[in-house]
Amino acid sequence: MAHGPKPGFTRWLYTTNHKDIGSMYLWFSFAMFLLGGCMALVIRAELFQPGLQIVQPGFFNQMTTMHGLIMVFGAVMPAFVGLANWMVPMMIGAPDMALPRMNNWSFWILPFAFAMLVSTLFMEGGAPDFGWTFYAPLSTEYAPPSVTFFIFAVHIMGASSIMGAINIVATILNMRAPGMTLMKMPLFVWTWLITAYLLIAVMPVLAGVVTMMLMDIHFGTSFFSAAGGGDPVLFQHVFWFFGHPEVYIMILPAFGIVSAIIPTFARKPLFGYSSMVYATASIAFLSFIVWAHHMFTVGMPIAGELFFMYATMLIAVPTGVKVFNWVTTMFRGSMTFETPMLFSIAFVILFTIGGFSGLMLAIAPADFQYHDTYFVVAHFHYVLVPGAIFSITAGVYYWLPKWTGNMYNESMGKVHFWLAFVGLNVTFFPMHFVGLAGMPRRIPDYALQFADFNQIASVGAFLFGAAQILFLFNVIRTVRGGKKATDEVWENPEGLEWSVPSPAPYHTFSTPPVVR
Amino acid sequence: MATESSYYVPEQSRLPIFATIGIFLMAFGAATWINGGSSYIFFAGSLAMATVLWFWFAAVIKENMQGLNSDQLKRSYVWGMGWFIFSEVMFFAAFFGALYYIRTFTLPWLGGEGDRGSSNMLWEGFQNTWPLMVTPEQAVSGDAAKVVGPKGIIDPWHLPLINTVLLLASSVTVHIAHVYLKKGNRKGFNGWLTATVALGGAFLFFQIEEYLEAYQHLGLTLESGIYGTTFFMLTGFHGAHVTLGTIMLLIMLLRSVIANHFKPDDHFGFEAATWYWHFVDVVWVGLFIFVYVLGA
Repeated sequence: MAHGPKPGFTRWLYTTNHKDIGSMYLWFSFAMFLLGGCMALVIRAELFQPGLQIVQPGFFNQMTTMHGLIMVFGAVMPAFVGLANWMVPMMIGAPDMALPRMNNWSFWILPFAFAMLVSTLFMEGGAPDFGWTFYAPLSTEYAPPSVTFFIFAVHIMGASSIMGAINIVATILNMRAPGMTLMKMPLFVWTWLITAYLLIAVMPVLAGVVTMMLMDIHFGTSFFSAAGGGDPVLFQHVFWFFGHPEVYIMILPAFGIVSAIIPTFARKPLFGYSSMVYATASIAFLSFIVWAHHMFTVGMPIAGELFFMYATMLIAVPTGVKVFNWVTTMFRGSMTFETPMLFSIAFVILFTIGGFSGLMLAIAPADFQYHDTYFVVAHFHYVLVPGAIFSITAGVYYWLPKWTGNMYNESMGKVHFWLAFVGLNVTFFPMHFVGLAGMPRRIPDYALQFADFNQIASVGAFLFGAAQILFLFNVIRTVRGGKKATDEVWENPEGLEWSVPSPAPYHTFSTPPVVR
Repeated sequence: MATESSYYVPEQSRLPIFATIGIFLMAFGAATWINGGSSYIFFAGSLAMATVLWFWFAAVIKENMQGLNSDQLKRSYVWGMGWFIFSEVMFFAAFFGALYYIRTFTLPWLGGEGDRGSSNMLWEGFQNTWPLMVTPEQAVSGDAAKVVGPKGIIDPWHLPLINTVLLLASSVTVHIAHVYLKKGNRKGFNGWLTATVALGGAFLFFQIEEYLEAYQHLGLTLESGIYGTTFFMLTGFHGAHVTLGTIMLLIMLLRSVIANHFKPDDHFGFEAATWYWHFVDVVWVGLFIFVYVLGA
C-alpha cells in the first residue's frame, strides 16, 4: 500500500481513500450550498417587496424547486456523507471504508447527476417548477419536458445514496477495531448506522415514485390519474413514505455531531449515552409511520388523521430525551465557547424551536390553518438550517484541525457564527408571523400587509448568505496554513480520531488499534 | 469484529470514474431518448457500463484468487449484497403498496363508498370492481374515453401457474447446485446450474407469451387504466429482475465451465447470485398471490 496520495489531479478521479473522498464530498456539498443559497437569495430578493420586481412567476417557481432539491440532495446529504467518510473509519479504528472503489463511484455520480439537474434550467420550457416535493399532477400532466431529466437525475443520485449507505453499514458492522463493541461506538457512528438503514429503506421508494411519474408522463399508465382509476393522492403517500424518513436522514447525523462536540467543550462525558442510542433508533422507527402528517388537508379518513397526529407527537418523546441529555451534559460543566461549541449550543436551542413548531403542525385540526403557509417554511428551515447546516458547520470547525493539521482562525469563526446566528433568526423568525397571518408559501407576490416581515426576512437572508463567505475564507486559510494543531487539538476530547497525529496521515489504522 | 490484521484496501482505480461516465450517459441518454431525441447516447452508455462492470468484476475475482481478500473483506461483500437485496425489496414494496392503496382506498372512494365517497360526483356512474374493466373516464364519457379498460385479464391458473412451478423449481435446483458445489462435485454443480438457467429462460419465454396474449387478445396494456398499470409495472419489473438474475447465473455457469472458478469453501460470487435468485422467486410468489390470484 502506498504511503501518501498520488500526485496530480487524477488522484481525485481514481482515489480509493476515504479521506480524499470525504474531502470531495464536503467541497461538492459546499459548492451546492452556495448554488442553492444563491437561488434562495433570488427568492428573497423577489419577496423584498410585494408585486413582481425581478423575476417572472414561472422562473420563481423554478427557483423554489431547484433551491429545495439542491439543498436537500446536493448540500445536506453529501455533507453528512463526507463527514461519515472522513470520520467513521477513524472513529472505529478501521483502515478505510469497507468497499473503497464503490465509495469513489458513489461520490462521482453526484457531480454528474447535479450537472444534469441544473442543466434543466437551460432547457426548453425551463427547469422543474413543481416544488421540491413534485406533487402529481403538477409534476406529470403539467410538467415541463425537462421533468424527464429530473427523473433520471434523481435515479442516479439515489443509486449513489444507496451505495454510500451500504458502504457505511458494511464499514460499521464489519470493520470495528477489536474491543470496539456496538455500545462503545461514538454517537456519530451510531446515528450514521441508523441513517444508513433509513437510506437503504427509502431511497428505493423514491426511485419507485419517480418511475411511476415517468410511466404516467410517457407511457400512458394511470398511477396518478383518476380517469384511469389511479389517484394523485397516491403520489403523496408514496412520496412522503420516502420523504419523512428523508428529513430524519438530514438530522440524525447532526445529533451525532453535537453529541461529540458538547461533551468536549463542557468537559464532561455525554449524559445518557445508551438512552441517546435508543432514542435515535426510536426516532428512526417512528419516521416510518408518520408520513401522512404532511398531507392532513388532502382528504383522509378521520382515523388516518388521528393515527398520524398521535404517532407524530410521539416523536417528541425521544427527541426530548436527546435535548435533555445535551442540556444535562452542559449542566455544571466547565464550559468554553469555541466556534464548534457555539454552533452546537445554537443547534440545541434553535432546533428545539423548530421541534416545537413541528408539534404545532402535528396537531391535525390546527394544521388546516398552517398548511402550506410560511409557518411551514419557518418550521422546516428552523430544523434544517440551525439543525443540519449548523451541525455540519460545527463538525467542520471541530474536525478541521485534525484534517489539515492547522487551527482555524477562532475570532473569524466566532464572527461567522454570530453573523449566521443573527442572519438566520432574522430570516426565518418573521416567517412564523406571516405564516400564521395567512401568507401562502411558493408565491412570488403577496398582499401588502405581509411586506414588513418579508423585508426583514430578506435582509436576514443576505446577511446569512454573506456570513458563509467568511466560512469559506476561513476554511481555505486553514487548509493552506496557520497555527499548528496538536494531536489532541482540544482539551482531552474523547475518541480514536484524536489518538492519531494532526493532520491525520493518509492511511490511519492499517493495523487496528485495541479498544479497552 | 476485526480479527485479521490486514484489510485489503485497493490502490487507486479507474473503474469508478468510468462507471460514473457509463451510468451518466445511460441516464442522460434515456431521458433524451424518451423525450424524443436519439437513442445513441443511451446505448453508448449501456455499452460503457457493461464494459466497466466486466472489468470491475474481473478485478475483484483476480484479487480473490491472488489471496488478497481476508475473511473480513469477504464479509464486506456479504453485507453489501444482503443490503442491496433489501433495497430491491423496498423498491417492489413501493409498487405493491400502490396496488394496495388503489384497491383498498382509491377505487372504493371513486365508486362512492366510504369516507371520501363524494369523489364519485366527479365520475358519476363509476362502479368499483377489481379487476377494473371500466375506467372512471369510460363510465362518464363512454366510447369517447381515452383510457379504456381491458376486455379480459390473464387467467392465473394457466401460464402464471406454470411460471410459478418453473420458478419455484428453479429455486430448488439452484440450491441443489449449491450443495454439489460445497461437496466439490463440479459435474453435479454445472448440471443443476444449467437446469436453473434453463428454467429461468423458460419462465421468461412464458412471460413474453403472456404479454403477447394480453396485448394482442385481451386489450390489457399499460394504457388500460389502473389494472393494466399495476399489472405490467409489477410483473414487468419482476421480469426485468428475472432477466438480470438469469444473466447472473449464466455468467456463474460459464465461469465454472470455462474457467473452473469457485471452490467448495470460497464461492460468494455464486452464492450472491443465488440470493438474488431466491429473492426474485419470493417476489414472484407475492405477485402470483396478490396480482394474479387475488386480482382475478
